[in-house]
Amino acid sequence: MSTTTAQQPAPGSQTISLATTVVTSWKAPIAFAVFTLAALALAVFAPAEGDTTFRLSSPTDAIQLPEITVPAMPTLWVVIVLLALLTGYSAWVVSSKRKVPLWTIVVFAVLFMFGFLTWAAAGASLPMIGLLFGSLSLAVPLIYGSLAGVLGERAGVINIAIEGQLLAGAFTAAVVASVTGQPFLGLIAAMVAGMLVGMVLAAFAIKYFVDQVIVGVVLNVLIIGLTSFFFSQVLSPNAAALNTPPRFDRWPIPLLGDIPIIGPVLFRQTVIVYLMYIAVALMYFGLFHTKWGLRVRAVGEHPTAADTVGIKVNRTRFWNVALAGAIAGLGGTFFTIGSGIAFNKEMTAGAGFIALAAVIFGGWHPIKAALAALLFGFASNLQNTLSVIGSPVPSEFMLMLPYLVTIFAVAGLVGKVRAPAADGKPYIKS
Amino acid sequence: MSDPQAPRGDAPGATEHDADVVLEEPQAAAAVSVATADQAAPAGAPAEVEPPSRWHTMFQQIVTGNAIISVLAVFLALVVGAIMIAFTDERVQAASVYFFARPGDTFVAIWDSVSGAYSALFQGSIYNFRRDTFAAGIRPLTETLTFATPLIAGGLGVGLAFRVGMFNIGGRGQMLIAASIAGWIAFGFDLPWGIHMLVALIGGLIGGALWAGIAGFLKARTGAHEVIVTIMLNYVAFYLVSWMLRTPGLLQAPGSSNPKTPPMKETAIFPALLGPQYNLHFGFILVIIATVVVWWILNRSSLGFRFRAVGENPNAARVAGINVKSMYVYAMLIAGALLGLAGVSQVLGTVTTGFTAGIDAGIGFDAITVALLGRSTPWGIFVAGVLFGAFKAGGFSMQAAEGVPIEIVLVVQSLIVLFIAAPPLVRTIFRLPDPSRRRRAVPNVTKEVKAK
Amino acid sequence: MKLELRGITKRFGSLVANDHIDLMVQPGEIHALLGENGAGKSTLMNVLYGLYQADEGEVLLDDEVQHFAGPGDAMAAGIGMVHQHFMLIPVFTVAENVMLGHEETKFGGRLDLPAARARVREISERFGFHVDPDALVDDLPVGVQQRVEIIKALSRDARVLVFDEPTAVLTPQETDELMGTMRQLKESGTSIVFITHKLREVREVADRITVIRLGKVVGEASPTASNAELASMMVGRAVELTVHKDEPKLGEEALVVEGLSVIDHIGQLVVNDVSFSVRRGEILAVAGVQGNGQTELTEALVGLQPRVRGSIRLDGVDLTTESVRKILDSGVGFIPEDRNEDGLVGNFTIAENLMLDRSDGPPFVKGGNIQRGFLAEFARDKVKEFDVRTQGIDSKADQLSGGNQQKVVLARELSRDLSLLVAAQPTRGVDVGSIEFIHKRIVETRDRGVPVLVVSTELDEVTALADRIMVMYRGRIVGIVPGNTPRDVLGLMMAGEQPAEGAAA
Repeated sequence: MSTTTAQQPAPGSQTISLATTVVTSWKAPIAFAVFTLAALALAVFAPAEGDTTFRLSSPTDAIQLPEITVPAMPTLWVVIVLLALLTGYSAWVVSSKRKVPLWTIVVFAVLFMFGFLTWAAAGASLPMIGLLFGSLSLAVPLIYGSLAGVLGERAGVINIAIEGQLLAGAFTAAVVASVTGQPFLGLIAAMVAGMLVGMVLAAFAIKYFVDQVIVGVVLNVLIIGLTSFFFSQVLSPNAAALNTPPRFDRWPIPLLGDIPIIGPVLFRQTVIVYLMYIAVALMYFGLFHTKWGLRVRAVGEHPTAADTVGIKVNRTRFWNVALAGAIAGLGGTFFTIGSGIAFNKEMTAGAGFIALAAVIFGGWHPIKAALAALLFGFASNLQNTLSVIGSPVPSEFMLMLPYLVTIFAVAGLVGKVRAPAADGKPYIKS
Repeated sequence: MSDPQAPRGDAPGATEHDADVVLEEPQAAAAVSVATADQAAPAGAPAEVEPPSRWHTMFQQIVTGNAIISVLAVFLALVVGAIMIAFTDERVQAASVYFFARPGDTFVAIWDSVSGAYSALFQGSIYNFRRDTFAAGIRPLTETLTFATPLIAGGLGVGLAFRVGMFNIGGRGQMLIAASIAGWIAFGFDLPWGIHMLVALIGGLIGGALWAGIAGFLKARTGAHEVIVTIMLNYVAFYLVSWMLRTPGLLQAPGSSNPKTPPMKETAIFPALLGPQYNLHFGFILVIIATVVVWWILNRSSLGFRFRAVGENPNAARVAGINVKSMYVYAMLIAGALLGLAGVSQVLGTVTTGFTAGIDAGIGFDAITVALLGRSTPWGIFVAGVLFGAFKAGGFSMQAAEGVPIEIVLVVQSLIVLFIAAPPLVRTIFRLPDPSRRRRAVPNVTKEVKAK
Repeated sequence: MKLELRGITKRFGSLVANDHIDLMVQPGEIHALLGENGAGKSTLMNVLYGLYQADEGEVLLDDEVQHFAGPGDAMAAGIGMVHQHFMLIPVFTVAENVMLGHEETKFGGRLDLPAARARVREISERFGFHVDPDALVDDLPVGVQQRVEIIKALSRDARVLVFDEPTAVLTPQETDELMGTMRQLKESGTSIVFITHKLREVREVADRITVIRLGKVVGEASPTASNAELASMMVGRAVELTVHKDEPKLGEEALVVEGLSVIDHIGQLVVNDVSFSVRRGEILAVAGVQGNGQTELTEALVGLQPRVRGSIRLDGVDLTTESVRKILDSGVGFIPEDRNEDGLVGNFTIAENLMLDRSDGPPFVKGGNIQRGFLAEFARDKVKEFDVRTQGIDSKADQLSGGNQQKVVLARELSRDLSLLVAAQPTRGVDVGSIEFIHKRIVETRDRGVPVLVVSTELDEVTALADRIMVMYRGRIVGIVPGNTPRDVLGLMMAGEQPAEGAAA
C-alpha cells in the first residue's frame, strides 16, 4: 500500500485485504446426521420385506429397458452405511475448517432418495416413467408460478399472490375455453387474468407503498372469494355452457419422444408443458443476458442506483410484475384446460405457496427454481404412486415434504440463499 | 438500502413522519397537530406552543384520519359487493335483456336483488324483524358475537405480531394444532367439570403457542423469514392433523372411518352465556379478557414497550439492550396462544360435535384482515372482529334467504382491507382533503435487523 | 460546457431547502460548493441531476434552458454525477454497472459485454485507474468503487461532472489521488462541481468557491481565503473550532482492552488485535477514515458484535462476551454512530425514547408496568436540561431536527450513572449550535471522572476533544499520540504510516 503512486495505483495494492479467518458451519453435517438417523430408524423400526422393482419403460415404448430388481432391506442397509460415511466425511471436512462441497450434498440426497424408494416400494414395482411423468405434470403450475415469483422478486416486488394468479388463470381459462371451445383462447384469457392480478398487486405495492406481503395475502383472499362466488353463482347453474373446458391434446415430438425414459416423460406432453420449457429458458436468458434482465435486476437490487442512470424504477417494476402475473396465469391453465377438468372452488390448493417455496429454495434463479418446483412435483407424485402400490408411508407425510424442505431452506440448513437486496421494499422518491 | 436522496437529520424532509394515529391513545391527539411545528419554531423559541383546540384537532383527525377512511372503505366494499350481487342475479339478467324497452324493470330488479341481499345480511347479523319476540329477534346479534369470538382472538394474535414487526400468516396451522390438542383432551379424558375445560383450554393455548414459536425460534436463531415459515407450517399442520384424524387411536372417532373426531365431553365444553337457545359461549368472555390483556401488554407493560421498540426499529432496540431475538420468540408464543384461543373456542364452543381438518374455517386468514382493519390496536381489532363476525353471520343467512354465495363475504372483507391499506385511493375516490403527510395505514413488516 | 443555475428554489413542505440559488460554472473550471451538512448542497445537485424537480428557477447548459424530467435527461445533456453514496449495484460487475442504463446489445437482445469491457478499459487507462471490468463491485475497495463511478459518468461523455462529498470515505492519500484526477479532467475541458464541507480540499483544488448556508448563497470566495474566513461564511458567525477544556484530572485505568479482534460475517478481521486503555477523567479520541474498524470497535465495546476475540475489562470486570443489557447495566453509555438507525425509535415519543435503554427495570418499570407519571416528569426535566427544542415530550422523535434528536440520545445516556461513555460520531449531521452543546456535555462528563471514548472521522472534532488520540487504519491501531499532535502527522497516520519516533504517548 505504501508504494502506490498517484499516477499508477495498481489495483492489487488498492484492494483492502483485511486479515481473514474461517467461519465454519456445522449445518450440513448435522442435517446429514439427522437424515442418516431417520433412514436407520426406518430400517430398525419399520423393516420392509421383499424385493423392489424399478420399471424403466412403459409397455408401449419403442425401446424397452430391462427392469431393475433389488432386495429391499440389504439395499437399505448399504445405503445407510454410505450415508453414514458421507456424514462422517462432511464432519471431517468441517472440522478441518473447510466448506462441505456441493457434490456431497447432491450424492447424499440421491442416495437417500434411492434408499427411501427401495424401502417404501418393497414388495412391489415402481413404474418410473409414470412417476416421473406425473412429477413433471404436477410441477407445471409450480414451475410457472415460481418463474412468476422469480421475476417479481428480481424486480423487487414480493409476490405472495401467486396462488391467486394461478386460481384466476384456472378460472378464466375454464370459462373462456368452455364458451369458445378454443383452449388457446382460454390460455390467452388466463394470461390476461393473471396479469390483471399482477397489476393490482403492483399498483398497491408501487403506487401506494402498501406492504407487499399484505397486498399479496389479501389478493389471495379476494381471488378465492371472487372465483368461488362466481363459481357458485354463475358457473354451477350453467356448468354445461360455462364450465366444461376442452383440454389440450398431447403432442408427442417425433424422435425426441422415442428416447428411453426421457422421451415419454419430457416430449409427449401438451403445449402448456412445451411452452414451459421455452419460458424457463427465456427467463434465464432474459434475466442474465439481456438489457431487459440487467435492468430488472438493477431495480431489484439497488433502485436508487438504477434511477440515477435513467431507468424508470417504478415503471420497470410495474410492467414486470404484470408480466409475472401473466406467467402465473398461464400456469393456472394447467388445472383446467391443461388437464381437462372443470373449474372448482380453491382448486389450486396451495400450489402458489409451493411455487413461492420453490422460488426461495431455488435461490431466486429461474432454472434452480424450476428444478426445485420439479422436486416438489416429484414429492407430491411420489405420494400418489406410493399410495397406489400400498406403501407404509402415510401420504400426508409425503405431502408435507415440500413445505418442510422449504422451512429447512429458509432456516439456512441447506446453504445460505440471498434474496435481491431491495426485495419487498418500495421505492419512494421525494 | 440507504437512500442517499432521503434527506436526513436536519436536512429537508426531516419533518416527514409516519405517526400512527391511534384513536384510543389520548396523547395521539396532541401528536397530530405538531406535524411541522418543530421546523416552524425559530431557534430559541420557547418550547411551549399553544396547542390547537381539541375540537379542531379532533375534526381534522376525523376528516383526514383513519376513522373516516375505515368507514368509507367498508362502504366502498359493500358497493362493489352490491354490484357483484346485482350482475349475477338471474332476475337482473332476465330484466336486462329488454333493458332498452323497459329500463325500469332492470333497476327494480337490481334494487330487489341488492336490497334483498343486504337486508338478509342485516337480519342475519343484527336483528331479525320477522321474529315475534325480542329474544328471538336478537338471536342474529348473538350469532355475530359467536362468529366474532375466534376472529377477535385470531386478529389479536396477528395484530400483536404486527406490532413486533412480524407477519404471522400461520394462523391456520396454529389454530389446527391448538384445536387438535384441546379437542383431544376434551374427548379423550374424563375430568371434573370446569377443570376439564381449563385443562383443554390451556393445552390448546400451549399447542398454538409452540407451533407459532417454531417460526419465532427459527427467525431468532437463523433469520428465517417468518412469513415463509408460517405459511409452510400451515400446510405441515394441515397434513399432520389430517393424518391424525384418519388414524385410529389418535384423533379419529372409534369405530368410524371418517376423518373426524368424537364429540367433546360435556365437562369440557364452554358453557353457553345466554342459555341454550343461543350459541354464544364462554369463549366470548375469554376473548374480551384477551383483548384487555393484549391492550395492557402493548400499551402499559414493559414487555409491550420492548415489543413495540423492536417492531418500530429493531436496530435501535438491540443497541438499547433489548434482546430482539427473545422478543421475536415471545411475540410469536403469545401470538400463537391467541390464535390457539381461536382454535380452542372453535372446538369447545362452536363445533362441539367433533371436528375435521377444516375446523379452522379460514379464520387464520380472516384474522389477518381483522388485524389490518383494526390497525393492530387491541380495541380496533375487537371492533373489526365484531364487524367481520357480522358479515359471516349475515353471509350465511344471505345465502339461505337470497341464494347469494357466502364467498361474497370474502370479497367484501378483502376489498375493505385493500381500500384501507391505500388511504390515498379512498381519498381520491371521495375527494377528501389530504393530510399533507405520509401516514402508515398498515404495518410495514419487512423491517429486518441489519446484518452483522 | 458551461453550466448555469438561475434562481433555483426547492421546497419540501414548509421547508425551503434551496432559496433562489444562482451558480455559474465555466468550462474547464473546478467550482467548489461549500456548506455545512444540511445546507442544501445535495438538494441543489439533485435538482441539477433531475432527481428532484425545482419549484422555481432554471438550469442552463451553454446558455440553453434545460428541462430534466429525470436523471436520464440530465445524463443525455452531458451531466454526470459521482454520488456520495455510490450508485453502484454490488452484485454486478464493473462493466455491467458502467453499461447499465445505456446498454448496447447484439443480435437477440443479447448484452454486448465485450464492448462495455473495452469502454471501461479505455477510460480507466486514460486516467490510470486500472479497474478490472469483470470484478464484482462488492469485492472492490471504496476508492476503486469511486473510480467506477467516475468511469460510469465519463462513459456517457459527461462534460459537467458533479462530485458530491467525494472524500468522505477516502484516506488522505486516496483524496490526493482524486484531486489529481479532478485536475486531469479539468484540463480535458470538463467542468467540475465539487461539493464538500472540508475547507482544506476546497482551497487545494478549487478555482472558485460558492458558499451556501441554510439553502441560500451567502457569497463567493477565492481559494486564497483563509480557513477562518471560509468557516465563518459557512456557519454564519465566527466559529470556535476548539472546545474550552481544562487539563484532565486523570484517575486510574478504567477501560482496558487487550488483543481485541472483531470478525465479520465473512471472516474478515475488521478490528485486528487492538489494545488500549482509557483512564478515568480522560477523553480518548479514535481518529481514522470511515470504515477502518472504528464502528466495529465501539460496537464490540457494548456487546453488539457477535464474533469477538481478546478481552474488554471495565473497572476490572470482564465484559468481553456479555450481552448488551449487562454491559449497559454495568454503566456503559453509548451514543451510536447512526442515531436514526441505532439510537432512536423514530415513531416513539421523546419520553419513550428516553427510557429506551432502561425498559425492563427501575426506575421506569415496576412490576412489569411502565411508570407513566414518573416517565413524564423525567422526560420534561431532561428536555429542559438538554435544551431539546420540541412541542412537548409526546412529540415523536422523527419530528425533531438532527441536533435535537442527538440531544435526546445524549440526555438518555448521560442520565444514567456512567462508568464509561462511548460516543461514535457524536455530532454527525448536527447543527453548529448543537455541536457546541454536545461537546460541552462530553467534556463535563470527562470532568466528572468518567472515562470517555470518542470516535470521529472529523479531525477538527478529534483535536478539539481529545486528551489522547488513537488512530486506526484497516482494523489496527497505527499509534496512540497526545491530543495536541499536529494535523499533518495525524493525516499521515490515518493513511497507515507509523508516527515518528517519540510521538507515542
